[in-house]
Amino acid sequence: MSDTRAPARWRAYALVAPALAVIALFFVFPLILSAVLAFRNAGGGFTWEHFAKAWDLYQKDLVFTIGIVLLSTVLIGVVAVAIAGYLTLGENKRAVAILRWLYRWPLFIPFIVTGQIMRTFLAKNGMLNHVLIGSGMIEPLQAQSLLDWRGIVVAFVWKQAPFVTLLLAGAMASIEPQHIEAARNLGARRLRVLFDIVLPQVRGTLLVGLVLSFVTMLSVLSVPLMINPNSPTMITVDVAYRISTLSDYAVANALCLMSLVVAAGGAWFYLQHSAKTIK
Amino acid sequence: MIRARWPQMLATGVVLALIAFAIFGPLANLFLWAFAEKWYFPNKIPQEFGLTFWARVFSPRGGAVASLGTSIWIAVLTVVLSLAVAVPAGYALARLRLRWRSLILLAFLLPQAVPNLPVYVNIARVFYEIGLNGTVFGVVLVHASHGLVLAVWIASAAFASVDASLEEAARNMGASPWTCFRTITLPLAAPGLIASAIFVFLESLDEFTGTYFVGVPDVTTLPLLMFNASMGGNYQIASITALLLLIPSIAFMLVVERFLKADVLAGVGK
Repeated sequence: MSDTRAPARWRAYALVAPALAVIALFFVFPLILSAVLAFRNAGGGFTWEHFAKAWDLYQKDLVFTIGIVLLSTVLIGVVAVAIAGYLTLGENKRAVAILRWLYRWPLFIPFIVTGQIMRTFLAKNGMLNHVLIGSGMIEPLQAQSLLDWRGIVVAFVWKQAPFVTLLLAGAMASIEPQHIEAARNLGARRLRVLFDIVLPQVRGTLLVGLVLSFVTMLSVLSVPLMINPNSPTMITVDVAYRISTLSDYAVANALCLMSLVVAAGGAWFYLQHSAKTIK
Repeated sequence: MIRARWPQMLATGVVLALIAFAIFGPLANLFLWAFAEKWYFPNKIPQEFGLTFWARVFSPRGGAVASLGTSIWIAVLTVVLSLAVAVPAGYALARLRLRWRSLILLAFLLPQAVPNLPVYVNIARVFYEIGLNGTVFGVVLVHASHGLVLAVWIASAAFASVDASLEEAARNMGASPWTCFRTITLPLAAPGLIASAIFVFLESLDEFTGTYFVGVPDVTTLPLLMFNASMGGNYQIASITALLLLIPSIAFMLVVERFLKADVLAGVGK
């Protein structure tokens, strides 16, 4: 092609430039601003005071946030591996078809709707308790509201697991069928095949899906706000409170940077992996 | 094996039923609330069903119609803005020579790989100072900066999947680059581009956090209306609004594979 000539090459950059400009102006710039505001004192000098204050007030919430998001990520991984594994290795064709139809319903349901759904489903008089009582698994007096950290985890897993499952099932479908068949012919049980043959080949996809979910859940505001707004709660709720009620951008940004650091580990891996995939 | 293995089939059935309950139980609960006139503890289902709250939601004072209009208007503008910048970028990334291609692709990963809250909080502060807070345009800019990432990735995947030899044939027969793009590349990439438009539309329609910070106090989208109703303790109104938001999400889930093969979809997040 002729685009090695200088004008043509500039044309390529000109085509990319508007999109990059939008990212730079409305994404990168506010991020830099966040870092600046978190470290700037009233006189314009450098300070750690906002971080000290944020740590003092919200260290419990930081631990709570990391705990919830990590637990959700692990559970999402378990659910996704189980479902995608059955979709790939299941022998009962009808069960596979039903499962394939079932699992993806929450795929594009927004977090805020998930929050509202779980707010009613997991409440003390929600459907979950009614079904548990009706089936005799618990006594009416044992019914309890799950609208605390457990509610947030359930909402996160319900919403994100189908996404990771979709990625994972797609990756598993592209594995050479001979690999799986060879192992089956040698008499390997399905679980062995899943863990020894299938999972190692889709490890990258699984980790990327989990990291993406981890970072996404870290900055979801609606679910904790609707399910568990009282302390201890997630950092996002604290940030919203510092801004909406106190207009305290300094501490809010310090909190934001803390969650950025938490995400950085995951994001670092994510970029590493995607750079490899692109090549 | 021809002999039916009953215990195993039974176990499969029970597990599938449990999964079905986990998926549809919460949705059914929402559905019940949307049509409940009266529902007090400890009744398992509402004492009265009816449409009174639907009438209230859709009355001018209920605000649902106005919010739905605002939401759709913002989503349409977001799609136009996102695709206007994402289609050229996607084409360049898929077809033209760029020295810092990997770096540019990484830049388009950023909004997916970094928590968005700091961005929304500070963009709201900047917009407040320049008078963009509480305007539709301000909200569109925020939605587009996020939506365009997905659009660039899907568009570049769509352009990359177009057979380059078809373009070369057209060029060899004397078509100009623009004619070639318009008559060969664009139509062949169209399904992927439509999918990315729907993606961006849905993302904008469902977006809450950015609108929460940038839209106040004047822009009330459907998710904000739902949130306010829910926090005000009005579960019927909240559930009805949630149901309205569910319709496009589920419709898209059901048709998505017509536009995008699973492997393209899997490539989006990579």
